[in-house]
Order: sequence, then C-alpha cells, then structure tokens
Amino acid sequence: MLIVKDLVAEVDGKTILNGISLTVKPGEVHAIMGPNGSGKSTLANVLAGRDGYEVKSGEVIFQGHNLLELAPEERAREGVFLAFQYPVEIPGVSNMQFLKASVDAIRKHRKLPELDAPAFMKMARDKCKDLKLNPDFLKRGVNEGFSGGEKKRNEILQMALLEPSLCLLDETDSGLDIDALQVAAEGVNALRDGKRGFVLVTHYQRLLNYIVPDYVHVLAGGRIVKSGGRELALELEEKGYSWIQ
Amino acid sequence: MSKGNEIDDLISREYEAGFVTQVESDTLPPGLNEEVIRIISGKKNEPEWMLEWRLEAYRKWQQMDIPRWAQMPHPEVDFNAISYYSSPKSKKNGPKSLDEVDPEVLATFEKLGIPLHERGKLAGVAVDAVFDSVSIGTTYKEELAKAGVIFCPISEAIKDHPELVRKYLGSVVPQQDNFYAALNSAVFSDGSFVYIPKNTRCPMELSTYFRINELNTGQFERTLIVADEGSHVSYLEGCTAPMRDENQLHAAVVELVALGDAQIKYSTVQNWYPGDANGKGGIYNFVTKRGLCAGVNSKISWTQVETGSAITWKYPSVVLRGDNSVGEFYSVALTNNFQQADTGTKMIHLGKNTKSTIVSKGISAGRSQNSYRGLVRISPRADNARNHTQCDSLLIGDRCGAHTFPYIEAKNSDSIIEHEATTSKVSDDQLFLCRQRGIDEEKAVSMIVNGFCKEVFKELPMEFAVEAGKLLEVSLEGAVG
Repeated sequence: MLIVKDLVAEVDGKTILNGISLTVKPGEVHAIMGPNGSGKSTLANVLAGRDGYEVKSGEVIFQGHNLLELAPEERAREGVFLAFQYPVEIPGVSNMQFLKASVDAIRKHRKLPELDAPAFMKMARDKCKDLKLNPDFLKRGVNEGFSGGEKKRNEILQMALLEPSLCLLDETDSGLDIDALQVAAEGVNALRDGKRGFVLVTHYQRLLNYIVPDYVHVLAGGRIVKSGGRELALELEEKGYSWIQ
Repeated sequence: MSKGNEIDDLISREYEAGFVTQVESDTLPPGLNEEVIRIISGKKNEPEWMLEWRLEAYRKWQQMDIPRWAQMPHPEVDFNAISYYSSPKSKKNGPKSLDEVDPEVLATFEKLGIPLHERGKLAGVAVDAVFDSVSIGTTYKEELAKAGVIFCPISEAIKDHPELVRKYLGSVVPQQDNFYAALNSAVFSDGSFVYIPKNTRCPMELSTYFRINELNTGQFERTLIVADEGSHVSYLEGCTAPMRDENQLHAAVVELVALGDAQIKYSTVQNWYPGDANGKGGIYNFVTKRGLCAGVNSKISWTQVETGSAITWKYPSVVLRGDNSVGEFYSVALTNNFQQADTGTKMIHLGKNTKSTIVSKGISAGRSQNSYRGLVRISPRADNARNHTQCDSLLIGDRCGAHTFPYIEAKNSDSIIEHEATTSKVSDDQLFLCRQRGIDEEKAVSMIVNGFCKEVFKELPMEFAVEAGKLLEVSLEGAVG
C-alpha cells in the first residue's frame, strides 16, 4: 500500500533523509527505530506532508497515488493518519466539534453520507468506551489542559474514528507511563485488522513489547542501515545503536 | 513545500452586504450649520425643546476638538463634505405602515436577511429598520404594546413620549461628552427608543438594523433604552453599508438606563463595510455607548462582535451607580486588511459591592491594527468593588498588530481588580493538526478563531451566535498568511 523509493528530504537546506526506501503491505506493522536525529520523525512528517520539509528526490506511492503531490488534508482524506509526538492544543474548540469536522471531511471525500449529530455522538461515545476514555473527554477543548497520556489517547481516539488505511505513529510512547502506554497500545492493536498498515516511529523498543511489529528498520544518518524482524529490536536494546553504526 | 505562509493565498470573498439600493431619496446638500439642524428638526416635526437641545449641542460641538488619542491614524474627516440627512423619498414623516415603504427599500432588508414581516427567520424578534436617516418600520408593535413595552423610532418617541425622552436623553451621555457625541446630539436622525415598564420582562428580543445606503451621507443614530424597576430586556443591533471607495462617517450614541433590579442586555453585530483589500473606502465608526446602572441590583451587559468598518472607535461603558450593580463587557473585534480598531470599555464603579467583568478578544489579520483600551475606575465610596478583566489577542500572519491599553484607577482600598492578558498566534502546528485530520485550511482557521471567541459568543442570543460565527468566517477570507 505504501512504497517509498530513494526518498531524499531537507530541512532548512540540511539533508535529513538521504535515500529511504520502504515498502509497507496491507496489514503489516513496521517499526522505525534509530538514535536521536537519525530522521525518524522527519520521515513520518514528510509522509504526512508537513510544511518546512523539502523533498529533493525520490517517490512515495500510496495506494496508487503519488503522495508527494497531495496537500496534507488530501493525504488525510486518502487514508494517511499521523499520530503526533506532541499534539497541540486548540483552545475553545471542543474535541467533539473537531472530530465531527474531521469525520465530515473524510466521509465527504469517501462519498459517504454525512453523519448527523446524534449518530456521530453515539459513534464517538462508543469509541471512547473502547479506549477506556471518559466521554466527558469529548466536551473538552482539543488537547486543552490534557495530560501527556490523555493527549496520546486522544490521538488514538481520532485514529479509531477516522479509520485510516495507513497509520503513522510518531514516538507515541514518549512521555507515557507504563499504564498509559498499555492503554495506547491496546487501542492500536484493536485497529490491527489485517488490512491496515502501520509505521511506528520509536526510540525505545519498550513500545514494541506491546505492539509487536512484523519488521524493524534501523535508521541512521537518514538511511535505513539495517532491517530485520522483531528480534532486531531486542538486539538493539541489548547492544545500543552504536553497534549498528 | 512552502513555509506556513499560504494562509495568504486563500481566495477573497466579497463583502456580501455591499450592494447599493437604487431609490429616490431626499438628501440635504453637504455641510453643517444651524440652518441644517433646523431643517432636520423641521423634517421630523419636532417640538421646540428638541430643536433647542440640538442647537445647544451644536454650539458646544463647535468649541470642541477632534480626539486624537486613539491608536489609528486616518485622514481628517471634512465635516462640511457630508450630508447630514437622507431619507428614501416615498414619505415625509415616516411611513404609517410598511405598505407605504418603497418596495426597493423593503427588498434591501430582505436581501440582508432582515425580513420586516412578522414571520420567517426572525419570527419572535421585533425589528426596527433604519435606512439612512429614517426608521422605515418597526415590527410587533402591537404585541409589545400589550406588555406595555414601548419600542419605536426615536423620532416618534420625541412626539409621543416626550416626558420619557426629555427625562433620559443625554442623561447618560451628555451633549458635550465628547466630540462625536456632541455632533450626534446636534444632528441625530433616527434610531430606536425602548421603554420597559416596571416589573416587566420584555416578551421578545428587540433589535434594530441600521443600513447606510446614500453616498456621502453620515449616519447619526441615537438609541435610548430605559428599563424601569425590576424589568428585563435583551436588545440587538446589526449594521451594514454598501461598498464604496469613499469613506463614510457613522457617529452614533447609545444610552442605556437600568433602574433598580432592572437588567439590560445589549448585543451588537457590527458589519459596516470595512474597505477593500487595499484599505480603500469603508465606514469610519465613531460611537459612544454607555449604560447607567442607576438603581440598586441593576445589571447592564454589553456584547459586541465588531468585524466591519475601516475604523472603529468605540468603548461601550457602564456607570455602576447603584449599590450591588453589575456591569459586563464581552467583545470580539476582528480586523483584517487595513482595518483599524481601537475599542474597549469603561467600568466606573461608584456604588458599593459593584462588580464588573470584561472579556475582550481581539483578532488581527492582514495589515490591520487592533487595540484594546479599557478603564476600570473605583471611586472612594465604592466599597468592596470587584473587577475581572481578561484581554486576549490573536494574531494571524506577521504584518498585523495587537495593542492593549489598560487603565486602572483604584481609590478604594477594599476593591479587588484583576487583569489577565494573553497574546497568541494561530500556529502552524494547529493548522497542520487540523489539515492532517482532513480539514481544509480555511475551515481550520475559522474553527480556531471561533474557539478563541467562544467565551464571548456564548453571551449572544442563540440565533445571532451562529450568525456571528459565520460573519467571522467571511471576514477572515484571505486573512490566513
């Protein structure tokens, strides 16, 4: 579903991604690991289309579309979802209002009828229940005054509601205690349906105890320097990143 | 991919209320002198005392200087280049019923979404419609009369209820209060008069809709609302004007009087033509609005959504004279392109246990300048007075400005005054979060801005809160940058 070929990208004239190639098939979970500054988060942001990154060469094909030609909102509507490392607050905009606008935009793109407010509320409440979130969560401002764990769970809630086909998770484990991490991981695992693809960006293998990947890639200096299965992550934990570089 | 500066490129939508109505009008030649004032007064068949009051104001005005302390440079207004009276021709002294009104004028209000028949969207809201210098009709008069409520053009009130008008006109905003108030007192043409009798809750929302149509005319409306003891009223005003290259002057005075235990809620959605994207044209809006909490336990609440006008100079204030009285000011002021707003409030605490709340939300986009100017004064005998001020600015793009000028004068050591202020930007991160969730940029900006204004919008009557949200959306077109 996702083919990344020789991707080179710069930030402020500095090359961060230096020839990344990666193929994600439906249902697969790929973990991208690497030391700080290796380009992990950049990869997730470039795939989602964030401003400030300049793609110099290479291509990204997502379900037959040239992803690099699409605006961020178009990518989202096609089914690319990025769970943020640091979700921002939007004061005064209720989570419910935000989620409704988002689901409306995506359903419209998929030529599905707009959900009326009661139907949407019910769907949102059900998803909250699945994620063990208090439904009051929906009434609060987007990420406004949320704890780190709540922000991350809010990201998973959005993911569950929008039903993307490719989920990019940027350091979802950062700032989470072990309980919060488990809840977030359960949320992600519940979305593993054999069709949806996942790219997990993480510094620590800890997350991978809960979300077991099919493939592990190690990024260093903007390239994938080693790929392997689940066991590669464990090896990294034992030996550190210097072993690979 | 470019940096987050695409906020600029979004398409510009036209000012939707910018059309001109072709109607024959009776317009005085430009210029101001005592003769002009006599003519205006004569056209309205005013009693002698009213003419004298106007002339007195005019003489005071001639001695006064244009205030220049506001943060908004603009070309001098030539007060002799303006016509001080214009009315659609079909009638002399105001139509007896809507059937006598020029159909073109009625169509104008229809087009603006202000139906003057007593049904449809604004069913249940009584409307007084003012077109240039005259009121062309007031709806639901009979139903209101049953409750003893008087709601009519002020020109009519001067004739029919002179005792009330004489007692209260100028009692809150004296003729010589300031330059523009003095000018208004001399030449005011129409506006609304409201009287709510004792212990009466006004059975419906009251509203006045002001429309400037004629070229080179000024609009000088005068509104007077008196809420007698224990009464309650909610009033809303709206305003629009055609798109023209010339600047037009609007100098209104609004006076509110709340007697003991009375409550007045006054809401404004101001959408005068703001000028084009290059700052050409637009209304100069110099307005004096003040409420007097005259009685014990009275309350006056101002809510304003200011999106229009090239220049806005406006400080809806409350004089808290009655003990335990309450004053509130909730404001959203949005400026885009080259608009300038210098707006805020004054809370004058005179009585004991008086309480005021100020919530001001300023949004600046384009190259606009947006200032909050507010005064909180606690007099020596205002024991136990309280004020809370919250003043937030939101910047969109990097060429606009937000300014805050809070003045605090506390002469009673029992008082508690709090002032909170924040300045923030619509951040690229917020926009990216929205877009990553499939929401387009324009919708994202309007959602973020609406969220910023939520505290104020929730103070508006429900049907207008929705309108205000939409108005912000339109006013923000092309603002993202």
